[in-house]
Amino acid sequence: MVSPNTPETPGGASSPSGAARSIHDVVIRLAGNSQDGIQSVGGFLARLAGRSDQDIMTYMTIPSTISGGPSIFQVRMGTGDILSAGDRADMLVAFYQHSYDAHIGSLRPGGVLLYDSDHVKPAPDDNRFTNVAVPITTATVEAVGGTSKDKGKNIFVLGLIARVFDLDVAKLAALIKERFGGKNEDVVRNAMLAFDAGYAWPQNNLRDLFFRFEAIDRATQSTGRPQITMDGNTAIAFGLITAGVRHGAGYPITPWSSIMETLRTELPKYGGIFVQCEDEIAAVSTALGFSYTGQLAITGSAGPGLSLKMEALGWAVMAEMPLIVVNVQRGGPSTGMPTNVEQSDLMQAIYGSHGDTPRVVLAPKNVEDCYYIAIEAARIAREYSTPVFILTDMGLSSRIEAFDEPDLSKLMVEAKPDRSPRGTDFKPYPLDRITRHAPPGARIESGKYPTVTGLEHDELGHPTGSPKLHMQMTAKRRDKIKALAASLPAPEHAGDEAGDVLLVTWGSSWGPGREALGRIRNAGVKAGHLHLRHIHPLPNGLEATFARFKKIVVAELNDEGLYGFGQLAMMLRARYANPNIVSVTKTDGLTFKVSELVAGVAHHAQHPALEASTGTAAKSVLAQG
Amino acid sequence: MSSAVATPPPPPGAPLTKKALTADHPTWCPGCGDFAVLASFYRVLEKLQYPHEKIVTFAGIGCSSRFPYFVNTHGGHFIHGRALPFAAGISLGNDDLHLFVFGGDGDGFSIGGNHLVHTARKNIKMTYVIMDNSVYGLTKKQTSPTSPLGFKTKTDPTGAIDQPINPMRTLINSGATFVARSHATQVNHMVEMMLRAAKHDGFSVVEILSECVEFFEGAFDAAVPRKGGAWSLIEEKKHDGTPEDEKRHDTSDEIAAFKLAMQPWPGVFGVFYENKTRKTKNALEADLVVKAKERTKNASDLALLQATFARMR
Ligand SMILES: Cc1ncc(C[n+]2csc(CCOP(=O)(O)OP(=O)(O)O)c2C)c(N)n1
Ligand code: SF4
Ligand SMILES: [Mg+2]
Repeated sequence: MVSPNTPETPGGASSPSGAARSIHDVVIRLAGNSQDGIQSVGGFLARLAGRSDQDIMTYMTIPSTISGGPSIFQVRMGTGDILSAGDRADMLVAFYQHSYDAHIGSLRPGGVLLYDSDHVKPAPDDNRFTNVAVPITTATVEAVGGTSKDKGKNIFVLGLIARVFDLDVAKLAALIKERFGGKNEDVVRNAMLAFDAGYAWPQNNLRDLFFRFEAIDRATQSTGRPQITMDGNTAIAFGLITAGVRHGAGYPITPWSSIMETLRTELPKYGGIFVQCEDEIAAVSTALGFSYTGQLAITGSAGPGLSLKMEALGWAVMAEMPLIVVNVQRGGPSTGMPTNVEQSDLMQAIYGSHGDTPRVVLAPKNVEDCYYIAIEAARIAREYSTPVFILTDMGLSSRIEAFDEPDLSKLMVEAKPDRSPRGTDFKPYPLDRITRHAPPGARIESGKYPTVTGLEHDELGHPTGSPKLHMQMTAKRRDKIKALAASLPAPEHAGDEAGDVLLVTWGSSWGPGREALGRIRNAGVKAGHLHLRHIHPLPNGLEATFARFKKIVVAELNDEGLYGFGQLAMMLRARYANPNIVSVTKTDGLTFKVSELVAGVAHHAQHPALEASTGTAAKSVLAQG
Repeated sequence: MSSAVATPPPPPGAPLTKKALTADHPTWCPGCGDFAVLASFYRVLEKLQYPHEKIVTFAGIGCSSRFPYFVNTHGGHFIHGRALPFAAGISLGNDDLHLFVFGGDGDGFSIGGNHLVHTARKNIKMTYVIMDNSVYGLTKKQTSPTSPLGFKTKTDPTGAIDQPINPMRTLINSGATFVARSHATQVNHMVEMMLRAAKHDGFSVVEILSECVEFFEGAFDAAVPRKGGAWSLIEEKKHDGTPEDEKRHDTSDEIAAFKLAMQPWPGVFGVFYENKTRKTKNALEADLVVKAKERTKNASDLALLQATFARMR
């Protein structure tokens, strides 16, 4: 009796046939308070999409207050590739007047405003949108009854959305049961009551809004692998577990904490350990201690915590100790905007320690890539005996995406420490080879046990003040990172190979960048999009690519700084001395909108058609008539 | 077994001698108290006869923290004040090692003070030897957290004005499960304290007053009989039922340990506190693994992760 009222036909095909309009994708924004469970609606939709042929991208802002206060969740779902969270919403669900006031501006003309008529009074003279009034609060209370008050509003709305967009009710019901199944029966029943009430909300009250996503061409789209759904931080944690990382240490800070929480819960199952330390310095130190025992470890934090780790990371470079360091970037400096996104820690990752500290910096492009980049980071750290940074960000950390389930039988890395005896020629810091530390427990057959050290040292680890050795060892530490650069694949390049503009992005700007490329080329501009995952070292050969474009527009979420260039742009200009490298930056704490990238490129390319195309606000796909 | 080299190392299983344990010649100033600590440590290792490859000697930064260079075992030194959290990683990363950490009073009580508290409360298995000279030696005579009031340094030219910390009180209060105090002029006592510390299952600390002849000469003469001082040892309870035993110190009694720690300078030497019942973090973490593996019925890593992903579909 899961779905007592099972309306017309199950499976959601309840709208009058022919009335449902076909759409490619839709952006729904839910705005309410954090205790309303808005995130879980997004979670259900994301997981539903993962189980269907729909692609999905979510965008979430977490309120800075823990309970209470405004919260939004934006979900974009549709057929085929969904690359960004969507610039503006096609549907706004407003739970309160403040939600309406703050977010009505994000709705596209012709979009649907669905509001709780118990709390919201829309501006009477605003007829830009299709307004749908639903007494969400009273309808939920009536449906669920009992003492639950208005708990369940979120599930009621989920039912409404399922009806409007013809979603798979059977799968949603299964997801709801899975989600609440652990709790008592009442919870599942109440949730289903709320869901069914939303789903069955009289159709004429919904002003005949019915849509259906375009059918997907299964043969070309499906990889045959099931989809799994998770956020970026979870993907990093499980990527590390796949890579055989079993040790870690950290200290809580938003938005990094969920990685350490996941690892603390998961690692013991794999025989591992994650230590919550007294601070970030202790965390990086403990992680390095783990690595010293021959077991590559992970530490991480967000900006302020990374600053604390920097001295120890200098040691890690000098002592050539492998380590994975995750930085989930947020708005800085200092406590800054802890629940907003920024890419302003790039220079810190590359140069943030004292002394010459060549080290590796990688940046994932989306949630799926969070998983694969973690595996790559572990491989590089082990192979080059070096610290490796994963620079992710607030946007990716909480964004839920569905992607192909990884083929674990091929990916799983078994990483046992090598405590076998080391031959008589063993040296901890050979000049002609990459360092391979002998962990404690390994017999050293020469009888001379190695010292790992942050002092400049000779090949055996003895301290030295010799200028010659300092030059040789500095070169050694640099050259191994250069060797890595030579091994890196060419970065992902889309669009034209040569032409007017090359849009360069890194990190979470990949999706908006790729979507912007389509619009830019549609306007008749010869353009390419280059996305960098390997930030340091840069892959070889970029100068040739850059030389084929009139302008190289580097887009990043940080400030243009004193000299007018974002952090990556600054580095690319220094590296390639190419004056055509220019910058698009912003610091509003939000990920790039496609339109912002198009406008940025238009500005630099001085292309009239493109500039003209950025001005008009496109109508919503839900617009009637 | 071992391959032929110019000076063949002792074969595996051969007794571990001072010769095999000696590395670089110490760079300390002649007369520095740290020499005696090093000599005692060799003797401790000779007595313990651990497998050579399982001994780890680690340190932070300071004159005293140079220690690992002079001991031929696995080891190294980390950044100033952070040797303990690094050592926590070693200890929790491989439970099958014998881990010794060395450092100075600045390293341990000032920059590393917070780490000391937390490593102690977590009872992470290792032995920590603090070579306290009540001054910053390596950086050439600045005030240290154990410098006595009035001691003139380059940073307190008219004499130290900040209340020094009391190492024994700090350590007992932090939850260290073995706390002892010794003096670098008392080799046998140092050996005994370090031996007992090494055998303790938990976080064991020995503070050794070790004179910096360069920057704080005579700092600990008050406990050197030869210099007119008083060397008073803690008499530990023998539990022999005699009336004398009543007055002896019960090392498991935390309050009594505090009282000993409150005695006026130069105080007493020996084991102040020992807690043999509290579990180490090493053991507690191992329990978590056992319980987790029970819950997952010892599933392989691959099967575990596959099941997790299946739930995310
Ligand atoms: C982050 C950092 N700050 C300061 C120093 C400089 N420094 C090195 S050793 C030391 C103090 C040493 O005193 P102590 O720990 O008592 O050791 P001692 O030399 O007396 O044995 C200082 C301040 C450093 N190496 N690193
Ligand atoms: S400066 Fe002091 S502590 Fe350092 S080696 Fe010399 S005597 Fe020893
Ligand atoms: Mg000192």
